[in-house]
Amino acid sequence: MPEPIIRTEHLSRFFGTVKAVDDLTLEVPAGIVFGLLGPNGAGKTTTIHLLLGLLEPAQGQASVLGFDTRTQADKIRARIGALLEFAGLYERMTAEDNLELYGRIYHMPAPERRARIKELLTHLDLWDRRKDQVSKWSRGMKQKLAVARALLHHPPLIFLDEPTAGFDPIAAAALRNDLASLVAREGVTVFLNTHNLTEAEKLCAQVGVIRQGKLLAVGNPDELRLRTGSPQAEIVGTGFNDQMLALLRERPEVANVVLQNNHLTIELRGESKVAPLVSLIVRSGGEIEEVRKGKASLEDVFLTLMEEERT
Amino acid sequence: MSDIWTMIWKESKDLLFQGGWKSLIRPFFVIGIMGIYLPLQVGADWISLTPIYMILVLWVPFFVVISFIGDAIAGERERHTLETLLASRMPDRAILLGKIAATVLYAWGMGIFSLLLGLVLVDLLRTQGNWLFYPLDLFVDALILILLASLLATSAGVLVSLKSATVRQAQQILSIGTIVFVFGVTFVLRAIPANVLSSLSYPQFLLSVMVFLAVLDAILLALSFMSFQRSRLILS
Repeated sequence: MPEPIIRTEHLSRFFGTVKAVDDLTLEVPAGIVFGLLGPNGAGKTTTIHLLLGLLEPAQGQASVLGFDTRTQADKIRARIGALLEFAGLYERMTAEDNLELYGRIYHMPAPERRARIKELLTHLDLWDRRKDQVSKWSRGMKQKLAVARALLHHPPLIFLDEPTAGFDPIAAAALRNDLASLVAREGVTVFLNTHNLTEAEKLCAQVGVIRQGKLLAVGNPDELRLRTGSPQAEIVGTGFNDQMLALLRERPEVANVVLQNNHLTIELRGESKVAPLVSLIVRSGGEIEEVRKGKASLEDVFLTLMEEERT
Repeated sequence: MSDIWTMIWKESKDLLFQGGWKSLIRPFFVIGIMGIYLPLQVGADWISLTPIYMILVLWVPFFVVISFIGDAIAGERERHTLETLLASRMPDRAILLGKIAATVLYAWGMGIFSLLLGLVLVDLLRTQGNWLFYPLDLFVDALILILLASLLATSAGVLVSLKSATVRQAQQILSIGTIVFVFGVTFVLRAIPANVLSSLSYPQFLLSVMVFLAVLDAILLALSFMSFQRSRLILS
């Protein structure tokens, strides 16, 4: 089995009494987009800072690309690309000069640097605006430029910290598409911090869910759904009443029933059939307009994990 | 070395030549005073570089540096560019040395420019005789002193910038610090017994000032290097 590109063992970092990262043990295989999913303040950014060797762990250890984050952080930073919480662009400089700077920082020879800048800016439809001061650009364009900067020196691994945070849905979707196409084209491993479930679902082959510094679950989105979220039936209709809900709850295949307006959600145990439940509802006076059976969404999984941790 | 050049290139693009005309007001004002107004007022005597004129020229780097050095670290922190730079392969020392070198070269250049501009103006206004130049030994001393003063202003600026939350705060502290330094030096010079000062020849006096500035430079630079650490900066 190939060596994971990122490995952490009982990694912890505290700020005073706050456990920002708490006993994090994780392996990220090479060649995938790994999403670290969690609410604001869950410890995602601190995890990236620890992995880049920008912060010392209080306990535990981590390796990135086979290098120890405590003792070989400079080797890690020389090989990775990063788009952190903020785009970090020099707004008084032109877009081209921003990339030129990072090309020089990574010691790319001048001809290779120029070719690579042209390649990336062309791919992202930014080439014609390369001489503009970055301050004149829209937020979406700046973020695309920051992605280009992270990929400039052909790193095998990039870290992206909430790349679409604060974007409107259209801009976020556009940036996600650009990210997905670039990542596929470059064959790079991505460690993506996000609290956006759609983003995680669309981009990530594996997801880790983190809350208050603790890793609650890790796996591919389908595995997480199976492990955490039960199959469920959603029934839309009228005439639902308390007696009917009580009857449903008594059924052995029903784990939980929630009624919101005309929307009945029945959480099932295992792969139970829905037809007997529909029949029970109709017999009890309900009028059904629509029945849907499906797996829990990543959002359901996320919310369930958050709720479990809280209780 | 290439990393330091990269940082100098970056600083020249980001700070020195891209800040718009407003960022040039203070340096040009200083040059206007030191390179035009004072030489025109003093006339041919300016070329003699007596102690009082030498000390006046020494303030050029301080006034030039205040505009830029506050931005160097506090500004990068404020604009969130520092975190990305720290996450790159650029070594701490190269980042700091690049910032210091760019600012020192700029302030030194401004000081030399003021001196030469004053010389040209004085010579142009003299209607008789050959073109004069500063006494060579004093001109070399002036170059060394302006360089040391630039380094002092820059390293003090780096320290203040490291501790300041915003560029404005850094610039305010540096402005006040410069005034305090001016009064401090004046007070110290007055406190020295007159016979001690008069016992020194002019070259000996200049050498003493050089040694004093060099020692201060060394202390402030060492403190700057000790303070500029990735793990501290990322938390700030």
